[in-house]
Amino acid sequence: MSSLLSFYLDLVPSPPCLRCFVLQLGRDERRVDSRSICVGHRSSSNNEAFIPPKFCDNRIVSSKYTIWNFLPKNLFEQFRRIANFYFLIIFLVQVIVDTPTSPVTSGLPLVFVITVTAIKQGYEDWLRHKADNEVNKYPVTVLEQGRRVRKESEKIKVGDVLESSRDDDTCFVTTASLDGESNHKTHYTVPDTEKDLESLNATIECEQPQPDLYKFVGRMHIYKTDQEPAVRSLGPENLLLKGSTLKNTQTICGVAIYTGMETKMALNYQGKSQKRSAVEKSINAFLLVYLCILVSKALLCTILKYVWQNNPGQDEPWYNEKTQREKDTNLYLKMFTDFLSFMVLFNFIIPVSMYVTVEMQKFLGSFFITWDKDFFDPEIKEGALVNTSDLNEELGQVEYVFTDKTGTLTQNNMEFIECCIDGFQYKYQDAGTDLDGFCVTDGPVNKVQHKAGREKEELFLRALCLCHTVQVKESPEQGQGQRDGLMDQVDGLGADGEGLHPPPQEQRGFIASSPDEVALVKGAMRYGFTFLGFESKTMKILTRDNDVERYELLHVLNFDPVRRRMSVIVRSKSGDTLLFCKGADSSIFPRVRQEEVERIRMNVERNATEGYRTLCVAYKYLNAEEYAQADAGLREARLALQDREEKLMAVYNQVETGMSLIGATAVEDRLQEEAAETMEALQGAGMKVWVLTGDKMETAKSTCYACRLFQKNTELLELTVRTLEDGGRRREERLHELLVEYHKKAVQDAPPVKAGVTRAWSSANHDYGFIIDGATLSMVLNSSSESNSSRYKNLFLQICQNCTSVLCCRMAPLQKAQIVKMVKNSKGSPITLSIGDGANDVSMILEAHVGIGIKGKEGRQAVRNSDYAIPKLKHLKKLLLAHGHLYYVRIAHLVQYFFYKNLCFILPQFLYQFFCGYSQQPLYDAAYLTMYNICFTSLPILAYSLLEQHICMEVLLDNATLYRGIAKNGMLRWGPFFYWTLLGVFHGLLFFFGVRYLFGNPALQDNGQVFGNWSYGTIVFTVLVFTVTLKLALDTRHWTWINHFVIWGSLAFYVFFSFFWGGIIWPFLKQQRLYFVFANMLSSVSAWLAIILLILLSLLPEILLVVFRKLRGPNAGQMKHRLPSSGTSTIFMLSQTASTHSFSWTD
Amino acid sequence: MMASSYNAKEEDANHPGAANHAGAGVVKSKKPDNTAFKQQRLPAWQPILTAGTVLPAFFVIGLIFIPIGIGLYVTSNNIKEFEIDYTGANIDNPCYNCAKNFSWNSTAQCVCAVTFTLEQPFESNVFMYYGLSNFYQNHRRYVKSRDDSQLNGDRSALTNPSKECEPYRRSEGSPIAPCGAIANSLFNDTLQLYHIDSNGTLNEIPLVKKGIAWWTDKHVKFRNPGGNNNLTVAFQGTSKPVNWKKPVFELDPEDPENNGFINEDFIVWMRTAALPTFRKLYRIIQKKASTTPTLPSGKYVLNVTYNYPVLSFDGRKRMILSTISWMGGKNPFLGIAYITVGSICFFLGVVLLIIHHKYDNRNNSADIPN
Repeated sequence: MSSLLSFYLDLVPSPPCLRCFVLQLGRDERRVDSRSICVGHRSSSNNEAFIPPKFCDNRIVSSKYTIWNFLPKNLFEQFRRIANFYFLIIFLVQVIVDTPTSPVTSGLPLVFVITVTAIKQGYEDWLRHKADNEVNKYPVTVLEQGRRVRKESEKIKVGDVLESSRDDDTCFVTTASLDGESNHKTHYTVPDTEKDLESLNATIECEQPQPDLYKFVGRMHIYKTDQEPAVRSLGPENLLLKGSTLKNTQTICGVAIYTGMETKMALNYQGKSQKRSAVEKSINAFLLVYLCILVSKALLCTILKYVWQNNPGQDEPWYNEKTQREKDTNLYLKMFTDFLSFMVLFNFIIPVSMYVTVEMQKFLGSFFITWDKDFFDPEIKEGALVNTSDLNEELGQVEYVFTDKTGTLTQNNMEFIECCIDGFQYKYQDAGTDLDGFCVTDGPVNKVQHKAGREKEELFLRALCLCHTVQVKESPEQGQGQRDGLMDQVDGLGADGEGLHPPPQEQRGFIASSPDEVALVKGAMRYGFTFLGFESKTMKILTRDNDVERYELLHVLNFDPVRRRMSVIVRSKSGDTLLFCKGADSSIFPRVRQEEVERIRMNVERNATEGYRTLCVAYKYLNAEEYAQADAGLREARLALQDREEKLMAVYNQVETGMSLIGATAVEDRLQEEAAETMEALQGAGMKVWVLTGDKMETAKSTCYACRLFQKNTELLELTVRTLEDGGRRREERLHELLVEYHKKAVQDAPPVKAGVTRAWSSANHDYGFIIDGATLSMVLNSSSESNSSRYKNLFLQICQNCTSVLCCRMAPLQKAQIVKMVKNSKGSPITLSIGDGANDVSMILEAHVGIGIKGKEGRQAVRNSDYAIPKLKHLKKLLLAHGHLYYVRIAHLVQYFFYKNLCFILPQFLYQFFCGYSQQPLYDAAYLTMYNICFTSLPILAYSLLEQHICMEVLLDNATLYRGIAKNGMLRWGPFFYWTLLGVFHGLLFFFGVRYLFGNPALQDNGQVFGNWSYGTIVFTVLVFTVTLKLALDTRHWTWINHFVIWGSLAFYVFFSFFWGGIIWPFLKQQRLYFVFANMLSSVSAWLAIILLILLSLLPEILLVVFRKLRGPNAGQMKHRLPSSGTSTIFMLSQTASTHSFSWTD
Repeated sequence: MMASSYNAKEEDANHPGAANHAGAGVVKSKKPDNTAFKQQRLPAWQPILTAGTVLPAFFVIGLIFIPIGIGLYVTSNNIKEFEIDYTGANIDNPCYNCAKNFSWNSTAQCVCAVTFTLEQPFESNVFMYYGLSNFYQNHRRYVKSRDDSQLNGDRSALTNPSKECEPYRRSEGSPIAPCGAIANSLFNDTLQLYHIDSNGTLNEIPLVKKGIAWWTDKHVKFRNPGGNNNLTVAFQGTSKPVNWKKPVFELDPEDPENNGFINEDFIVWMRTAALPTFRKLYRIIQKKASTTPTLPSGKYVLNVTYNYPVLSFDGRKRMILSTISWMGGKNPFLGIAYITVGSICFFLGVVLLIIHHKYDNRNNSADIPN
């Protein structure tokens, strides 16, 4: 980093507040939407009334806590969570009410959880403090009263002039840490500001801080003595954002506009909305069930207790009298405290530790995605990125995949293929084979068939060379600002082309925000027109005849997705003012003379069907009057503080009319590696793939064919503006008609879907593909009448759900999100996944259950807003089929197992109440109650949930159909939950009654001595720990050494702990309940035999079930293996190979 | 925790500094390590439970369990056990009067004699138990009503017993030793056993009162305050439990090793039973050196000094004579359970074998036409 600018800088030096007075008057109305700043805090004579507005300082505070408020604030935050709060209540009940278990039993786990979380959050906050300090203490140079003063960054005030200059009023900046776009961007100083900053007297008026990185409106008033104040507009190109890095520029001076937490960067890091996974919803549902069980158990016990106590002699026999206090307590209060006591006794059924374990599983488990070397892309030298670990398991549940086209399905790596000038086609004959076809200076002349006039040709090529925002990259070794050096380099570059050097060197030179532009500039170069770069505001191009032509760049009418075109206004040396415009055909054709259109339209359409991205180029001459008008209009609009966008748009539209069409270009965008295979696998896994693109229908359709989303036998149902206009009737009517017709076809006549397994593979079944465009979609969604609207929506959804793939073209970003939302909220609330790489996909990435960003060329917005980011589309396959599948299975098992193990832990305790007079006597010792979930049974399941691979990854990747086995939250539905609950009940009953019958005669030792209640509990607990652990061992299909270690280790630890705990008289314990209980138990043969019997009997049904499943298994296994092979016949590839498909410029 | 960690992540992103650092790409550009663990390719044993592997296991389990079960069952059946209820709830019971006239205040001892006949002789050591029914020794209020440090000989706990002992903590101002409901309700019937030989004379059978409590309890967990010398002094300033007739240091005046807190009857009682119907070891009848059985068949008299009222809470008292094997007292449950489980396993093994066999055949035949 050459220098880190840690504040917003406006590259404008500016002086005192002559106008402050005026501003002050206007402030009341304007305060809301603008702020005014005196540059350098220089006040002038007439500003007594001016009170400097208060702005926040430049301290960045991202930390949440200070040393003083950490404890209370953190605790408050933690106990705001429902689970923690529940356990706190239980703890408090234990402290206040006389409960069977000591507060330690629930206090210790709670304290453990709270402490670990607090330490983790404290550490993270400490890191933030450290990073904050680094930023806040960063030394900067401030110009104060003409002196340069070193200051710490946090002391910068709004209005300070900072130094960090380049002679030609521009600087280069990258915003990699803001949006990931690593290309150099050019920013400009405000025109007409003098070099002498000390005498600069100006005020800046600008909007209030807002998070949009690409918007900024403001104006600057410059006061010069004896002159009218000059007003200059400020736009995003004058603003340097905090977090951007200065490149190729030595020094700049700027004034701070926004500081500290008001910077755009800080505003942009406001958290995203939290996504919750389906598994979490299941957990909550199960929790509710268990809570009901808990309450009903406690209620039942309380009632039975009072019924039982009504028998004479039972409540208070002579040997067991109540204390005075107990006798005095009100009956109802006593009932209530009894109820609470039972709740406390049984509260272990909802374990604190489950939250910890689930959390750890997710957090640790997500590392496997980052660590996966298959996700590592050598080109960008990056692997996968996990932004949230909360959704790991959701990757295994995806039903709908929404994918962007450009940059996601296609590479967004543009290659200039051909152009059409004045209706004549120009194409490299060789370019088809030689991808990097370079240009020989005399080449184009020979190769391009001279169909159009030379004049037109050159005009077209000049247009390509001028109408763009491409920068020529200066190599670092060449000193900045050394124009001659640059010239040499670029000349050399041209010479390279001449000298038949390999293209990478040739390519090195251009930087642009859109790859299309680079492709076009390079394309022009092939035909002999080389863009040499900017010099101040002059563009230089090298013509075919090796002349250097200079054009003064007057205005750039930037590209935006609504206009879908961009223009430049240049003045040639001869003094002609020209406007060049390029853009999508639909946006250019209406603005040119119609007689020119037809010749070119044919070419454009042909190119589009071949899958190329097409652009049309037009120009017009502006006479002095026109130019003056346009210039004034543009300047005025740029100065507007309000509605600048709209005003600019109006001026743009006004200027870009009456042009003449020169030609069109075709650029190829290749398919991503393995795009087709990936899509096929996703469909095989039962996912429906929807392509949402802003591109044209024809281009998008051919991509779909190339990706095998549509196949030869797929019947396409089209619902586009074209089909609507076919009938010649009103669109609404036609829409209705078509919807009903398609619905009949795809939904009603379609055979009922059978389990889904065979569908994608069967060729007998009809596959439908659905195509809709943006305009029609908005008609469907926002139909004129309310009733129709919901009906259309329903029909539309039903049709779509019955189609294997859906293509939505001509979508605005917001429409993409709308579609995702619609599917997300449809019946059965399917799990949706959105994948995209550009800023236009952000809305749908945020909307879907799982958002995946591709680390593509269109910047990092998508990655930043995604939940997971992967370098390439092909990685999606492994991410979903292998990782997602495994994560789901793991966490589902984890959740079920946790509920199971706590059910059979608490059930004996519940049953014991029937034998101890409902007195809330715990069956197990407090140590066991506390340690069960923390130590004895926690690690094996954690290891399982991190390492289990019930089916190995390769098999999962090869058989996409396996994914369907877990679809629709298959392992966490009520069926499996019921099974696990039943298992828990069975085990609990078995443990309790097995030992109960053993204790029919408590003389279990060969010396005739008897066992007491703690021995009883310990035997049950031993059986419990072993059974529960061995049950997990039975379920483990992937035994690594870690599994062995934790499973056998846990059991050994239990035995060791029990010996230790019972081996010493613990001075801090009130009761030595377990003293030698465990050792005595082991000295009894009967106890051994009973323990072995009960463990085996508990596991027997499980083993049987596995075996019976396996008996049917071989058949199922063979079926699975057979499927893909029988399916291959239906996998048709289009005659075109994937690589010849590419599309037009629209996204 | 779940939310908190989410927050953490959110804040990570929230954090401009951190974002810069991470953004610099030092970490990211690193290629993931190609280690078995990180790539989830640790060598693993992947057991698959198939009919083939489980079948032998079933047979083996069956073959092991059935003999064990038979062994257990036979052993249990060979154990001689005799049980007699002497509560005196019915009018025909010899102890009816004692039970009816029981009063806490009477100083006179009520003795009743219960006669019974042993059909079979009891060989080797015979264990004498007393059994109580409907006695909730496992009631929470009862279980916690004790002070283990007092029982461990702790001086301060002796004079200031734990609050858990309420309402049996203090009596008439002085601390109770041993305090608590458990100690207070110590079983204090005295049982004596006489054999009536052929000519009608009563021979008292010697009952051994040592070895009835857990060794660790007797020697470690329970200790008299100030050792075993002069317990009267050691327990000075304490009062006896309200329902006791004599103070703790007079539990066994003859044997100082069995007096005070380390009295074995007391220790046995202090180990609370698991269920409301329970038995506790009372005495041991040692095997005689001669070949004659310990308890020959014939008539016996059980002399009960009736001190312990149970009818008030509908309880029952029993005296149990039992021999003991390696598996403990008589309990057919384990034997039956083992035989059942063993048979089930064996049966399942057979069923599985048949199914497996059939399935295999069908699979094979089905596969051929394909």
